Amino acid sequence: MLSEPFAVGDSPLHRLDPRIRLVSATVYSCVVALCREFPALLSALALSMALVALARLRTAEVFKRLLVVNGLVVCIWAVIPFTFPGEALFRLGPFGAAREGVELAAQITLKSNAIVLAFMALVATMPLATVGHALHHLRVPDKIVHLFLMTYRYIFVLEQEYQRLVRAASIRGFQPGTNFHTYRTYAYLVGMLFVRAVERAERVQWAMRCRGFKRKFYSLHEFNAGAGSFVFLLLISAAVAGIAALELRLAAW
Amino acid sequence: MRHPNLLIEISREDPHNYAMTTATPIIDLKGVTFGYPGGPPVLRDLDFTLCAGERIGVIAPNGSGKTTLFHLIMGLVKPLAGQISIFGKALREEKEFSEVRRRIGLLFQDPDDQLFSPTVLEDVAFGPLNLGKTKAEAAAIARQTLAALGLNGFEDRITFKLSGGEKRLVSLATVLAMEPEVLLLDEPENGLDIRTRAKLSEILGKLDIAYILISHELDFLTNVTDLIYTMEDGRIRRDEELHVHQHLHAHPLGSRPHRHS
Repeated sequence: MLSEPFAVGDSPLHRLDPRIRLVSATVYSCVVALCREFPALLSALALSMALVALARLRTAEVFKRLLVVNGLVVCIWAVIPFTFPGEALFRLGPFGAAREGVELAAQITLKSNAIVLAFMALVATMPLATVGHALHHLRVPDKIVHLFLMTYRYIFVLEQEYQRLVRAASIRGFQPGTNFHTYRTYAYLVGMLFVRAVERAERVQWAMRCRGFKRKFYSLHEFNAGAGSFVFLLLISAAVAGIAALELRLAAW
Repeated sequence: MRHPNLLIEISREDPHNYAMTTATPIIDLKGVTFGYPGGPPVLRDLDFTLCAGERIGVIAPNGSGKTTLFHLIMGLVKPLAGQISIFGKALREEKEFSEVRRRIGLLFQDPDDQLFSPTVLEDVAFGPLNLGKTKAEAAAIARQTLAALGLNGFEDRITFKLSGGEKRLVSLATVLAMEPEVLLLDEPENGLDIRTRAKLSEILGKLDIAYILISHELDFLTNVTDLIYTMEDGRIRRDEELHVHQHLHAHPLGSRPHRHS
């Protein structure tokens, strides 16, 4: 089940205008993604951690999410250093870890953690429905906003339908194993889920047409950016500019 | 609760005479035939009329085409033969149906089909917004409708996190917010507990618009409708050949001698 443990809260970050948080998170992650110099990346990670602290998120939940990201990072560490051509920094049996490979893996680690932490602090601290409305107010095309909100709405229904199918299989003694019966059952299950999703989509579309849907997205939300939001925008812009400057100066050397 | 016997009395009235005494039919189906591709016809040469102020119940077995009947009236599926007239106008094209749709409210069988917005207020305001109301007006209408159904404080609830009964009542609010002149209710009592069902009966009793209600439950139908039709062989039966049946129900202290009022 999709849960939003950070969405509700009373931290200074929760109170900021969602549009400003979304834009800040996007610009910040683009800049961080392009950085290569370690001082710049380390200061980005420090900034992200400061943001998470400011958002007063539950540490256990934060680590749970970092674990997912770093699972992927571990795979990168297992492959990239040993497959990169270059001078060996250290050896593991017959495999040599190239210096450039190790650097690249370290950059990826820092970048991904910094970006994920920033998104947790800035974007996960609002309900997904609010993200949709903020996107709408930021002039993101209606179709994308609709897709986003509908996906959010119906992921739960699809999950329930999936659970129903799984239960129906298990009460009749289905036990997954490594055999063709299992593969076939899962294939039926996925196929059934697609069929149900298509039928559901048709009925939802009918329900929308019955209520006069004219392919226009309306948002009842009105956002009010207070002075605090603009102060935050100023600070985060300065921080991003600082990271970019650090990167560019070091890269020029 | 009215005694089920009353049902037979009401149903024995000649529906034709009943219709004659009221104004022009709101919904008039003549010789409508419909079948899904590759299957036998679900509805065969069906005639049906709903007049202003009528509260018609339809009881029929699964797969007899009750839901299809509603989808035909809304123009969501097109008949293979026959004519559908709504508010005195014969309709064929999608454009003609879309103009009429806003005046008819269809409550879907599954509230998850009906509630697609993230929050309750947005979902109820969706219809009014599509009718060209301003945001402030639509929000006000949505709040009023929710309050009228006793759903105060539901505005910011997340639609998929509502309980089954709440979802049903909110669905009804989304339809009523468009101020329809007719309601089509597809098994609205299905899956509701006794309390929510009583609440639904009460709400329906207060409405002063015509509606057609599909249900499997005679008890509920006798409570909220004046005429009960059955469906057989793809047709709606309006004569007195109503099949009376016995049914069992459970209630507290049912084992002691008692009377049904």
